[in-house]
Amino acid sequence: MTARSAGPIRRAAQRFAMNRQALLGLAILAPILTCVVTYDLWWGFGPNDIDLLSINRGPTAAHPMGSDGVGRDVLARLMQGGRTSLMVAVISVAISTAIGFLVGAFAAFGGKFADAGLMRFVDLAMTLPPVIFLLVLASIAGTGIGPTIIVIALLSWPVLSRMVRARLLELRERDFVVAAKGMGAGVPHLLLRHGLPNCIDIIVVYATLQVANAILLEAGLSFLGLGIAPPESSWGNMLNAARSGTVLEQYPWQWMFPGGALVVTVLAINFIGDGLRDAFDPRSGLN
Amino acid sequence: MTGYLLRRLGVGILMLLALSVLVFIMLRLTPGDPIDAYINPSAPMSPEALAELRRRLGLDQPLPVQYLAWLRAAAVGDFGFSTQRSGVAVLPLVLDRIWPTVLLMGAGLAIAIVVGIAAGIWGAVRRGGASDLALSIFSSVGISSPPFLTGLLGLWFFSTQLRVAPSGGMLTPGAPFSLWDLLGHLILPACLLSIGHAALIMRYMRSSLLEVLGQDYVRTARAKGVREVWVILKHATRNALLPVITLIGSTIGIAIGGAIFLESVFNWPGMGLLLVNAVNGRDYPVIMCATLVIGACVIVVNILTDITYAAVDPRIKVAA
Repeated sequence: MTARSAGPIRRAAQRFAMNRQALLGLAILAPILTCVVTYDLWWGFGPNDIDLLSINRGPTAAHPMGSDGVGRDVLARLMQGGRTSLMVAVISVAISTAIGFLVGAFAAFGGKFADAGLMRFVDLAMTLPPVIFLLVLASIAGTGIGPTIIVIALLSWPVLSRMVRARLLELRERDFVVAAKGMGAGVPHLLLRHGLPNCIDIIVVYATLQVANAILLEAGLSFLGLGIAPPESSWGNMLNAARSGTVLEQYPWQWMFPGGALVVTVLAINFIGDGLRDAFDPRSGLN
Repeated sequence: MTGYLLRRLGVGILMLLALSVLVFIMLRLTPGDPIDAYINPSAPMSPEALAELRRRLGLDQPLPVQYLAWLRAAAVGDFGFSTQRSGVAVLPLVLDRIWPTVLLMGAGLAIAIVVGIAAGIWGAVRRGGASDLALSIFSSVGISSPPFLTGLLGLWFFSTQLRVAPSGGMLTPGAPFSLWDLLGHLILPACLLSIGHAALIMRYMRSSLLEVLGQDYVRTARAKGVREVWVILKHATRNALLPVITLIGSTIGIAIGGAIFLESVFNWPGMGLLLVNAVNGRDYPVIMCATLVIGACVIVVNILTDITYAAVDPRIKVAA
């Protein structure tokens, strides 16, 4: 039974391996991830090390991406910032995926009233501009890594919960689920043994694309000064420095490198996510 | 049609009420006592005076009662006073900021719709060619670039390097109002706002048109000897536009988000800048009012989208 259930996953993996765009995404993301995770082992400067002889200097041999207004190495801050941004994105997506699955499951299995109530709530959350909720939540949660993770996680689950609900409603009527129910399986068993494996394609694709989205949300919040606060570095708060006209005009290396890293990373993750979607659902890639 | 409209309007009002409850609860969950905003920190108050002030402001009542009191006042346009700028009523403050945002978003969306649809048609017709590839790359990068980053790049390039654009604001301070001045300030942020949207619209338009071009009626039109330009513009594009209209309506929320960031970059005196400043200063009456006004705008736009959709696609019977 296990051997047979690996079938669709393996076929998806093969389709993914044939997708040039997705492979390009992996090829871009892999070195970025490696650098961001291991940089403190091989890079001489720490993100908050101050070099008083190099303040607001452009790229040199010692500081290949230049240095900022208090003499910190931009490359080191960029890699530490990547670590923060990616960590915030991944943790918040993990939380919002769990919430999305549980809400979708509760709507599908919790009876008519739970379903109607939850879905109207999801409608409401989806009608309104996400950035508005982001700002309202951020005004409550405050700045820092923890609050930023919570704000992004609370914002991102509604779409997933609706997709999970649709899939589970369909699944609920399938023979093997009816049979399992008839043999006395409880809701936890149905959800974990049948629901989760049959939603895995939705979850993987959604989570991947949502990581890209979460990176952008974090950057946006930090850019407005509502996300990760200095001296902690993140791609968003490095860009925040460019809100000062002097930095924008005279020290472009301080914000262009984090901006570039942000776009390239998000692009790569989007490529991978699109590739996963096409791999799981071959029909979606036909046009 | 009228019944449908009334029903949609009713649902919209209910959603607005639900939103106000949600925001009201969220803002009351904040750490800190709302009474702090009314206290002069340098002049300590006796507990009795504090209790009296609390009673006068209605803050000693249970939450649902407070909400109803707030709602009753809001229904007649009284959203209270800004805590950041003392003595300034919230509603006029928010209403003043609507038209700059509408102007920025309207211009940005108009550019995005024209450019996106044209580029989508071009990409579908030249499928697989070099220009199609170039447009696809542009669209992928456009979708992955956050508006504040394109805003910074645009500001840096056009304003500090080429020096052809003003560095922000909506009008030149001190100068008499002129349309040219306004347009000069508007064009750069509007174009930058349109990038992400044009990319998205282009992607949808291209795939939708490709799908339509494979339909039998397109082949029939070609077989009748209709010129290719007409086949594409009249027979195919009209049908391919349907999903694109839905997309445009549903991305209005994203456009508002983009406008908020661009307003911050360009110091554009709109709702976004107001809201960001209110959040930074924890000015809850302004946050509450601005959120509701934006929510109302989005709900109205959604209703308008549905009506447009029905007008373009005669198969949809809204009355049903």
